[in-house]
Amino acid sequence: MPESQQAAQFQAKVDAEQKIEPRDWMPAEYRQNLVRQISQHAHSEIVGMLPEGNWIGRAPSLRRKAILLAKVQDEAGHGLYLYSAAETLGVGRDEMVSQLLSGKAKYSSIFNYPTLTWADIGAIGWLVDGAAIMNQVMLCRTSYGPYARAMVRICKEESFHQRQGYDILVTLSKGTPEQKAMAQDALNRWWWPSLMMFGPSDKDSPHSAQSMKWKIKRQSNDELRQTFIDRTVPQAEFIGLQVPDPKLKWNETIQHYDWGEIDWEEFNQVIRGNGPCNAERMAARRKAHADGAWVREAALAHAGKKAKRSAA
Amino acid sequence: MSTTNEKDWPLWEIFIQSKRGLDHKHVGSLHAADARMAIENARDVYTRRGEGNSIWAVQAADIHASKPEDQGAFFDPADDKVYRHPTFYPMPEGVKYM
Ligand SMILES: [Fe+2]
Ligand SMILES: [Fe+2]
Repeated sequence: MPESQQAAQFQAKVDAEQKIEPRDWMPAEYRQNLVRQISQHAHSEIVGMLPEGNWIGRAPSLRRKAILLAKVQDEAGHGLYLYSAAETLGVGRDEMVSQLLSGKAKYSSIFNYPTLTWADIGAIGWLVDGAAIMNQVMLCRTSYGPYARAMVRICKEESFHQRQGYDILVTLSKGTPEQKAMAQDALNRWWWPSLMMFGPSDKDSPHSAQSMKWKIKRQSNDELRQTFIDRTVPQAEFIGLQVPDPKLKWNETIQHYDWGEIDWEEFNQVIRGNGPCNAERMAARRKAHADGAWVREAALAHAGKKAKRSAA
Repeated sequence: MSTTNEKDWPLWEIFIQSKRGLDHKHVGSLHAADARMAIENARDVYTRRGEGNSIWAVQAADIHASKPEDQGAFFDPADDKVYRHPTFYPMPEGVKYM
């Protein structure tokens, strides 16, 4: 079958809301696009464990410690679901990991900000997981079957993440003036980076149109960002915290919040590797990978020896 | 179809039975050095919230699949046998329990 005909059939399938499965014909750019997006997403789950892992040992109670541990463990699982989905497109796990470790592959720049206080763990769950959920709910309907299935699994686990974060801030905001100030400070630092998680504005996002046509993405960056703001501002007000945006104001006519401007220069700096923690995050991942090398080799050697013995 | 090198743990496909009496259903995959590790890791990643009570792990390399490009011709024989469906047979008015 000529390629133009295959491409037409492919697009017809996508338009008819049929999922694309690993062994189906697909345009090379669709495959590349997915590999890049899914592996980036997987890397984000893995690197995302670092800022929170930083607080597991210092969580203020055994209950909070157990919850945070469970949350971080979920993120490891999310990384696995996504790496597996990417592998169905023909890219090896070791290849993806080495692209992360060499700095060739990107991960969400939000994880290059430091977690300075316990309130930051609350802000991450509420805002960072909250923003991620917006994107992930959309991706449950993405056109590539294995990616969509991984997302359904992830979304089931995510709502606990957002709630546990909000719960931390509810508690702090009802606490001493110092605790409330700590919650406000966390919101001040995490608000704008969380809005940046939705990516560049639509007018500066050249790949978006193609991704929408392929139904990889189904809502634009700006649409998702606006919905996130509309949902989150009342949650902040509810616990008496102030969103750090002087231009934020409910617009009765359009039934959305008006809001200020993102500092895209900061966004680009962090993406380029100049965020507060880029070097630290990469160093931690490289060390973990190197330290685990002997375990991976030993397990394989052990499995080989056992297989030989049972064959004999 | 994924590229594996010698040092990689093999890929396993994981199937989970959510409740006694139901089918084992494919949930995803993972890398593990051997079957025991595959099953233990599957427990840790795919059943953290009581999603199942039985796990099957199958090496991905051992799975054979039909070809999507032959889908039309391959499944064609089933298409023109409407008499395999109960709705093919009109029942006389008044006949019950059938
Ligand atoms: Fe996650
Ligand atoms: Fe999460």
